[in-house]
This record gives sequence, C-alpha cells and structure tokens, in this order.
Amino acid sequence: MAASVLFDAPGPKTRARHRLYAAVSGAVLALIIGLMLWQFWRKGQFAVEFWEPFVTPRIINVLLEGLFQTLRAAAFAILGALVFGLFFGSGKLSNHRLVRWPAWAVVEFFRAVPLLMIIIATWYFVGPQSGGNAFWSLVVGLVLYNGAVLAEIVRAGINAVPKGQSEAAYAIGMGKSQVMRIILLPQAIKIMLPAIISQTVVALKDTSLGYAVLAPVLTYSGKLVFNEFRNTLQTAFVIAILYIIANVALSYLATWAQKRYAGENKIEVSAVGAVTDWSTGTAVQ
Amino acid sequence: MAGASCERGPSTTLIITTKGRCVPMDVLIDNADRLLDAFVVTLRLFLVSGTLSLVFGTVLAAMRVGPVSILNRAGAAYVTIFRNTPLLVLLLFVVFGLPKLGLNLGYFNMNALALTMYTSTFVCEALRSGVNSIPLGQAEAARSLGLGFNQTMTQVILPQSFRAVVPPVASVLIALTKNTSLCSIFGMAEATAAMKGLLNDNPADLWWIFLGIALGYIVIVELISAAAGFLERRWRIA
Repeated sequence: MAASVLFDAPGPKTRARHRLYAAVSGAVLALIIGLMLWQFWRKGQFAVEFWEPFVTPRIINVLLEGLFQTLRAAAFAILGALVFGLFFGSGKLSNHRLVRWPAWAVVEFFRAVPLLMIIIATWYFVGPQSGGNAFWSLVVGLVLYNGAVLAEIVRAGINAVPKGQSEAAYAIGMGKSQVMRIILLPQAIKIMLPAIISQTVVALKDTSLGYAVLAPVLTYSGKLVFNEFRNTLQTAFVIAILYIIANVALSYLATWAQKRYAGENKIEVSAVGAVTDWSTGTAVQ
Repeated sequence: MAGASCERGPSTTLIITTKGRCVPMDVLIDNADRLLDAFVVTLRLFLVSGTLSLVFGTVLAAMRVGPVSILNRAGAAYVTIFRNTPLLVLLLFVVFGLPKLGLNLGYFNMNALALTMYTSTFVCEALRSGVNSIPLGQAEAARSLGLGFNQTMTQVILPQSFRAVVPPVASVLIALTKNTSLCSIFGMAEATAAMKGLLNDNPADLWWIFLGIALGYIVIVELISAAAGFLERRWRIA
C-alpha cells in the first residue's frame, strides 16, 4: 500500500492485526451478500419465469430498441449541450456586462433547477403525449441542464489556458475573436475533454428520466417488461448492468483523455451559487 | 380552485372578469398551501437522506482510505456500482423491487433509502479526494515534530481536510436536493409532483407554475451554497 497521510507504513504486528480485520470484515461482507442471495431465493426471485424474458428474442428487441433510443437521446443531448455550453460559456467570459449577465443568469438557473422539472415542464409545453414529444422534451431538458454545466466547464477550460498565451496573441496583433478561436479554444478543448466525457456519463445516466414522460428510452422499455412479467427487481438489475458497463467504459475514456491531453490541468466545476473564490473553478498547476 | 374567477379562451389568452384579481400568478397564490406542503416533503427527503448519506458516505470513505484491503475493495465496488446506476433505476429497484424481497418501510423511507444509497457514493468520493488533497509532507512534518497519531490527525490532517471537502460536499448536497425530484415518480408528493399536478389542473399557467417551483428549488440550493461559503470562510487559514 502506498504511503498515506493517514498512517505510517505498517510493521509486522500491525500487518497481523490488519489480516485479522480483513478476515473478520471479509466474513461479515460474505454474510451480508449471502443473506441477500438467500432472501432472493427464499422469495422465489431466482425463478426462471422472472429471468427468462431477458433471453427471449422479443423482449431483447424491446430492450435493444430502448437502448438505441437512449443512446440517440444521449448523443443529441451532448451535441446540443456542447453548442449551448460553448455559447453561454464564452458569453460568461464576455467583456460586455449585457452579455455576461444574461449568460450567467441562464447558466445558474438551469444548474439550480432539477432536470426532471425542466423535462416535465417542456413535455407539458409541447403537449404531454408519449413518443416523439416525450423524446424531444427529454432531449431539450438534457441540453439545457448539461449545457449549463458545460458552460461552466468551457469557462473554466478557457481560464485554465495560461494568460501568457492570450497576451502574446494580442501582442502580435490578433483581435478578440481570433484569440479565442485560434489560440484559446484549441488549447482549452484539450483541457476540457475529460470533463466533457465525464459530463457525458451524467447525460447518459439522466436519459433514464425519460421514464417519467413516457419517452421510449431503456427505462421505459424496462417498464413495459416488468409490467408484463412482474419482475421489477430483475429488470432493474439488467438495466443497471447495461448502464454500469456503458458508464464505466466512458469513465475509463475520461481518465485516459485526462492523461493523454489534459495532464495536470483538472477542471472542477464549482457548486451552483458559489460566490467565493472557488467559483473560479480551476486548479491550474 | 385556481383562477376560478378567470375564464380562458381557446388559446392561453386571459379573459379578465370583474370578479377579483385575475393575474396568472394567482395559480401560485391559490395553491400556496399545496406548494408549501410539497416543499416540506422535498426538504424532509433532503434532510433525512442528506444526513444518512453523510454518515454512510463517511463510513465508505473510511473503508476506502483505511489499511484493510478487502474493505477498500468492497468500498470501491459499492461506489462503482451505485454511482454508475441511474438514480431512477435504483429507485425502481428499492421502491418497487425490495418489497418483493419482504423489505417494505413505507414510501418515504424507501425513497430516502434509495437516495442515500446513491448519494453516499458521491459523499465518499468527495471526502476521499479531500483527504487525498493533503500533501504527504504535512503528515511527515507533523510526525517529525513529534506529534502522535491522534495529534497529527486532529491538529494537522483533519482541519485541512474539512476545508478541502466543503465545496465538493456542498455540490453533492445540491445535487441531492435536485435529485429528490425523482421521488415524484415514486409516490412522493414533493415539489416536482406538485408541479405536475398543477400543470394538469392549470395548463395555461405553465410558465408561472414552472418559475414558481423553480424559485423554491433555487432558494434551497442557494441556502446550501451560502452555508458552504460561510463554512469555507470560517475554516480558512490566514
């Protein structure tokens, strides 16, 4: 184990004690997992009729359609959010108060309001029906919320580019938009990339909210399945596994991008409404 | 009944009658009781699951940074599983699923349980990164000054960790506030459920209803943020 601020490297006595702890805690964990499995078995939740749907072609197709719609919603959402984020993120950096203030207000508003509220309100706005209306309400909500977060990421990313870069660019006679487009953004994108991928995980997870507005996403397909087979536990389990696989893969991608492109520059988005110095949101090394 | 004195045309235009006030905002004033009750439920969900998440998240963080590798791995597995599961799926599992295993604590508790299972993973990560942000040299310097384990912890490491974890924990609690909205799908009459109810009854007042309820959430979020700012200033060195 690597050196830690919490304790010294253990000696032989401590290591023996740790082995005892490990044995005890291992037994306790095994007991907990065993009890859970036993309860599943006792209540008949391992019964074939509950699990069989997930190997039945018809049900697999229902779930695959849901998965496809989920990925489609996530893709639209993240693309829309990128546009929104670039627009409002650079708006927040503007020199003009008339641009900066509205951009700030829009970003703060959509970060402070629950995503589900935005989705439901949009859904009632366009007419609360399942299908296309529901799907696009979900996408609009995801764009507004994730776009607001990406705006913060964009702002932090641009701020993380060393000041000498823009100063040098101004010194050789570039204009404001040239500096942004040619000097700052290309460097900022590298720094932002890991944070953007991490936000994709959030967007992907939040596509599950389509359930609330009857949008045809994976969770809604799941609802069709567990309404038919009365297997809520099993369906939730299968959907969770699908999401976990996708999200863990994306998280690895984010870590890789961090190492490959961003190095020590790590973007941390500050909390909503933060007015103290952590609202700068960057940790430039 | 909201806006009982107003007649509405086929579109959203208001036809003002002589009976009393008839601004669209009436929908919020007429339903003030309902909204207040709803936000009380939101706050109760937040307080119960927030407190439990801080406790359980601390336990998880202790497992993650402690010296026992099996607990470390169990903590890591828990965090990976529950952080990457959408909260909605977790709520499905807990609120609709667990009663099938014979565990039923009532709607409120089941909702709070799912929120806790989810939020504590984020609390754990926030605390862990707080501890990890303390440079190793701090502990080494403390020990070379002759401070014992307890002194090193209470005088050097923990005060710095507390300060470092305030902003991320505040972010987690703000996210929790917003996540309580998902409980509207699982039988809780909280603020988002109230919005949906009002939208059903008064479709023409959509903007007022949306903005009014949004304002309620914004107030809660700003309060958490202000509290975090206060703690940060209080624990600042120099």
